[in-house]
Amino acid sequence: MPTDTLPRPTVERPVGPSPLGTPTASARPTRLLLRSVALGYLAMVLVLPVGAVAWRAFAGGVAPVWQAVTTPDALHAFWLTVLIAAIAVPLNTLFGVACAVVLVRHRFPGKRLLDAVIDLPFAISPVVIGLALILVYGQEGWLGGWLAERGVQVIFSLPGMVIATVFVSLPYVVREVAPVLREVGTEQEEAAWTLGASPLRAFLRVTLPSIRWGLAYGVVLTTARAVGEFGAVTIVSGRLAGQTETMTLFVENRFEGFDLVGAYAAALVLAGLALLILLAMTGLNRKGSS
Amino acid sequence: MYLSLIVLLPLAAVVWRSSRGGAAEFWHAATTPQALAALRLTFVVALAVVVVNLVLGTLIAWVLVRDEFPGKPVVNALIDLPFALPTIVAGITLLALYGQSGPFGVNLAYTRAGVCLALLFVTLPFVVRAVQPVLLTIEPDMEEAARSLGAGGLTTFRRVLLPTIAPAMLAGGALAFARAVGEFGSVVILSGNVPYRTEVASVHVFTLVENDDVGGAAAVSVVLLALSVVVLAALNLIQRRSTRHAD
Amino acid sequence: MSITAKGVSRRFGDFVALDDVSLEIPSGSLTALLGPSGSGKSTLLRVIAGLERPDAGTVVIDGRDATALPPQRRGVGFVFQHYAAFKHMTVRENVAFGLKVRRRPKAEIRRRVDELLELVQLPGLADRYPAQLSGGQRQRMALARALAVEPQVLLLDEPFGALDARVRKELRAWLRRLHDEVHVTTVFVTHDQEEAMEVADRIVVMNHGHVEQVGDPRTLYEHPANAFVMSFVGPVTRVGDGLVRPHDVELRAEPNGTTSEAMIERLVHLGFEVRVDLVLEDGQRLLAQVSREDAEQLELRSGQIVFVRPSHVRVFSKQ
Repeated sequence: MPTDTLPRPTVERPVGPSPLGTPTASARPTRLLLRSVALGYLAMVLVLPVGAVAWRAFAGGVAPVWQAVTTPDALHAFWLTVLIAAIAVPLNTLFGVACAVVLVRHRFPGKRLLDAVIDLPFAISPVVIGLALILVYGQEGWLGGWLAERGVQVIFSLPGMVIATVFVSLPYVVREVAPVLREVGTEQEEAAWTLGASPLRAFLRVTLPSIRWGLAYGVVLTTARAVGEFGAVTIVSGRLAGQTETMTLFVENRFEGFDLVGAYAAALVLAGLALLILLAMTGLNRKGSS
Repeated sequence: MYLSLIVLLPLAAVVWRSSRGGAAEFWHAATTPQALAALRLTFVVALAVVVVNLVLGTLIAWVLVRDEFPGKPVVNALIDLPFALPTIVAGITLLALYGQSGPFGVNLAYTRAGVCLALLFVTLPFVVRAVQPVLLTIEPDMEEAARSLGAGGLTTFRRVLLPTIAPAMLAGGALAFARAVGEFGSVVILSGNVPYRTEVASVHVFTLVENDDVGGAAAVSVVLLALSVVVLAALNLIQRRSTRHAD
Repeated sequence: MSITAKGVSRRFGDFVALDDVSLEIPSGSLTALLGPSGSGKSTLLRVIAGLERPDAGTVVIDGRDATALPPQRRGVGFVFQHYAAFKHMTVRENVAFGLKVRRRPKAEIRRRVDELLELVQLPGLADRYPAQLSGGQRQRMALARALAVEPQVLLLDEPFGALDARVRKELRAWLRRLHDEVHVTTVFVTHDQEEAMEVADRIVVMNHGHVEQVGDPRTLYEHPANAFVMSFVGPVTRVGDGLVRPHDVELRAEPNGTTSEAMIERLVHLGFEVRVDLVLEDGQRLLAQVSREDAEQLELRSGQIVFVRPSHVRVFSKQ
């Protein structure tokens, strides 16, 4: 699966202005036309919708928004989202780094398979993922019955939601760290060994810092995905308001229930978070390419 | 260990469950008129969206790399928005703008165009981000050389640029396709999920699950997955062919 | 701290990097491992360092069998061709790294780092980052870093390979002087015979995973063990079945019974020497090298007929 085109810190070196002065010698009108088409399309599909969230949310003033966002259900949804992310992201980060190291530095049978499996979450619809989890961990599922006997409930409660979130956000750290790790190579680590550092210490003190921007970028992407997950979580959670509703589920719930202000208010929070994430991504882009 | 628990096991479960009732039941569930309609809609729309993305995505990438205008860094950053924004939020905002009470007087809710729009939003970054790095590494000299030899703008593009960026375009397109086929959150809001008209495969599976028809859901899922694999494999093949011709 | 390698073999897939190599490196010497790419010299160095595990054979460092020891415990310092600088640490932190690992007290670390930076002539740059240094400075920092932990053995893998010619020459001389001051057993790898001849006490010539010959520069030059060593360590020209050094080809204006006739095809003036491209009567080509004075004395000119007598011709049996 061709996934080496994941959002990656794109190197922003403008190739534009040639020594001749004009960025490539194409005709001005063509250039303007192309530019307007591109920007117009972007505006229609991308920019305006985001502005619309704010517009709709504040349609009735600021107070209702604040109220909507601070109801017990809303707050619970918020904290649940945060909790799930706080579990899923570190897990996937650890896994991601370990996986990247294994993929880049070792050869073993089944490596290709591992590579393909890591990319699976990209290719599978979240709904199918939710279904799959129910089949395994649900009451009649393969593991579900066994776990239920031990008093562990996975589906319709937190563990199931965490697993779903982990699944969908699995690949990001691996895919961002692996190329960076490959580029950094092993020499610095070997140098550290000859200086007396144990392999673990060498990895932590020398290699990790050298991949930190790629790693950070991967973590940001993972977080964005974890927070934004809807399809799989909606199936797995049972959507009990106040108990197993994440922010995304909350938004949908309110929307279907015609509580538009509530829906847009929560959406606004998520959009705000998205913008923060965008900022982080852009900032890390720069760091990564310097 | 971690991987299998999380990923492999559940997936195997889907496949297994779908075949539990035997081949006949599988076929029956997978070929209900509603399922077929949903699958067909999904693939047609996904392919259409990919085509649009290939054209516009490349264009946007070109403009971002070769053009200069105020606010360009902001625009560049915004491309990643669909990655950062939860799909459900995308759904309701697209509905707000282009739905019933939207400011543009257009109503795309409950229409296939609505489905397309939602998918265009979520798949936007893939082709752009795939093509950008390739464009960045192409020296303008190549284009200038072509021009000095008498090639017009379009010819230059076709003969010089296109072969070089084609693999990246296809790779981005494949990713966009995979995403479009599976997309749920944004579509579920904007399309209204009218069976046979605007219900996509992922929503259909969802409905089946909600109605406790787990076997049916599994069957349709497997078909969905299988068909996606076929299309992706085809794209992969084309991509590899074009890589051989590049340079 | 002498090093002894016995029967070391290493292969990578189908490629045999080292084939039953045995070697002794005396304590305190400055030895060069010289050979073309693929000769196994870097692999041997890395085996000595513990960065590479041999398929067979042993490595003994200072009387102790080090074959199973990891690089951390061998007491070796290693300098890489591309510096392997810790990019996110300052120069000071780089050099201090080994000392920090050994938990030396801060004051001692500080003192030692300053000492070393003086030694490698990088005094004011302690707080810079490697990216802000030139290639030569980075390599000197790498050396300081390796020396900081007082290794028994110092290993350098093509240390000047990534530097431009002028800096390379400077650092070569500098390394020699450093060794004379510090006296650590030093082994360095190079493919540049001039570098090996100029810097090392002893040279180990390697090819295709074997040791071809070991000796001091002069011995290797004057008494090469085989054709490979002879042609690698200095210029050669072929005479019949044998090889001869161009400056051992005597040129005369008149024949004297032991000479052969040859025509000068081309004269190349290389500063104080002149290279003479000759063609013998039977069409064989020959190179001779004479001093400027001799060239003037004989009034050598392109197209001229001269008489040549190669001396010290060496014929090696086919191996």
